[in-house]
Amino acid sequence: MAQITLDNLAHSYLRDPKADDDFALKQLDHVWKDGEAYALLGASGCGKSTLLNIISGLLVPSRGRVLFDDRDVTRQDTVQRNIAQVFQFPVVYDTMTVGDNLAFPLRNRGMDPAFIATQVQKIARMIGMEDVLHRKARGLTADAKQKISLGRGMVREDVNAILFDEPLTVIDPHMKWELRTQLKALHNEFGHTMIYVTHDQTEALTFADKVVVMHDGRVVQLGTPEELFETPEHTFVGYFIGSPGMNLIEAEVSGSTARCAGHEVPLGGAYKTLQGRVQIGIRPEFVTLAEGGDGLPVTIRRVEDVGRHQILRAEFAGTPVTAILPESMPVPAGADRLRFDPDRINVYVDDWRVTPLHPVADLRKEAV
Amino acid sequence: MDKVQNNRAWFLVLPVLVLVAFSAVIPLMTVVNYSLQDTFGNNVFFWEGLGWFEDVLTSSRVHAAFGRQLAFSAIILAIQIPLGIAIALCMPKRGVWASVCLVLMALPLLIPWNVVGTIWQILGRTDIGLLGYALEGLGITWNYARNPVHAWITVVVMDVWHWTSLVALLAYAGLQSIPQAYYQAAKIDQASRWKVFRYIELPKMQGVLLIAILLRFMDSFMIYTEPFVVTGGGPGSSTSFLSIDLVKTALGQFDLGPAAAFSIMYFLVILLVSWVFYTVMTNLDKAEGR
Repeated sequence: MAQITLDNLAHSYLRDPKADDDFALKQLDHVWKDGEAYALLGASGCGKSTLLNIISGLLVPSRGRVLFDDRDVTRQDTVQRNIAQVFQFPVVYDTMTVGDNLAFPLRNRGMDPAFIATQVQKIARMIGMEDVLHRKARGLTADAKQKISLGRGMVREDVNAILFDEPLTVIDPHMKWELRTQLKALHNEFGHTMIYVTHDQTEALTFADKVVVMHDGRVVQLGTPEELFETPEHTFVGYFIGSPGMNLIEAEVSGSTARCAGHEVPLGGAYKTLQGRVQIGIRPEFVTLAEGGDGLPVTIRRVEDVGRHQILRAEFAGTPVTAILPESMPVPAGADRLRFDPDRINVYVDDWRVTPLHPVADLRKEAV
Repeated sequence: MDKVQNNRAWFLVLPVLVLVAFSAVIPLMTVVNYSLQDTFGNNVFFWEGLGWFEDVLTSSRVHAAFGRQLAFSAIILAIQIPLGIAIALCMPKRGVWASVCLVLMALPLLIPWNVVGTIWQILGRTDIGLLGYALEGLGITWNYARNPVHAWITVVVMDVWHWTSLVALLAYAGLQSIPQAYYQAAKIDQASRWKVFRYIELPKMQGVLLIAILLRFMDSFMIYTEPFVVTGGGPGSSTSFLSIDLVKTALGQFDLGPAAAFSIMYFLVILLVSWVFYTVMTNLDKAEGR
């Protein structure tokens, strides 16, 4: 088990990268703490798998170093790094039985047969395949095969880290939830460092203590699920996490007030003068509907009932705005204003969040 | 929707039927005709029944040719399949050199069979052939025209040179279709090179290898041109494989009856082997698709 440090890391698949765009993975410093469960979240093609393969040693980075604790492992292969990895699509050895598949990594390392037998039994129980241990892996269904792959990834106890590359893509939804729970249980039991790549936010938020969000070859935010929800550091995080994503509205900010297309919106903090493209972001959960009075005048497009709540889709000065309303709340016919909870508004300049100079509450205190 | 029933549509099949009749059915029936009768020319036939078939089945000459044929096919399969796989494993996976290798490998396959025979006939001669001359320089008196062992070695090496590429190309195609994740997983599982081959590459190549074996078996079982050009079936009859022996019977001795009976049984043997392979392959596909 080890702490994994990425030092000045960057990777390009081109031989001679020049521009920023040539890099699949842009320059990155990051520490994966020992024994934590991380989710690596991002859209397809954002560099997640590249990063994972660099950590596991299947890929040598173009620049920078990878450290396990204080040991430089940049040029070492996966065997020396002692890492387990599970891939997106099932990899099973067709001609072996299920049991032999699970025992394979242990046998290759010359472990004691008695230990192998108990370990295989334990993992088989975990993935629910005790009955088919003696069956050939060929001809099993895709999700059974993927369970074997998962099992092979977890059968070794002494690994430095276990990496998962979207492992549940081919698994049935109800089985997904069960396996994820088991992965968590395993993490609690053995305390392996786990990195779990996914593009599914639910999966990321339920599995991990810390979520790393990647966008366009960069890590844009590392935080707990709560932090990602409340203070997205980048507009991508706001948009990617949450359903529906965060509302973003072009604005001019001065002090503790934002002006959106001529309408004033109070903010939860005061800001210094901002240069660049300024937007305010607010989660649909913190938007309320009103009839006249304060708030942004909007045109309501439609209301979707999704069971637990309703999603209101409206438009303000050409920008779509969504709000989440309680399940039973009727939408009044005259409703035409949306109000934002000032403390929940984040301000973005060129897509990155800016922190307020001080919260408005302090200002008010000073005024008193 | 109503289906239109019109039996005149059968006439559309007629051209194909006529074509197949002329190209396959009529020649085959001629052979059947010869196999059951005896003739001394002038289109005068005498009914012979199954006599020729009995003759062929009990002929020690045919038995010997059949034995040689089986031995030849077994030897070239035993060499070409492992060698082809080995070559495929050594070929670069991508880049310019992959294309260069593919073209080089395909070259022997493009040479006409009698040219291949001529090449090796000349190559093995001690006076003007590079191979024969070199062997003589090493103190081995190479004479494929006199020494049956030399004749066999020459014919086998020639076939290996000519056809191993086919096996290698098929195996290469099989290897190329293995997803990268398998190799990565094997690395992580710390599998040795041998285990990667045994548990990943070989099982994934199974399908193409069966096709390779089938093709090579069929081709070698029917081989005629190349050994005929090199050795003419000799010395003696030591390299007279089935089709060379057949041609000797039919055109050398003009024993049309026995030759026809021989042809039919030859054809049936090949049909039987192909059927066995076909069954094995379809069963394999079913097991795969379960």
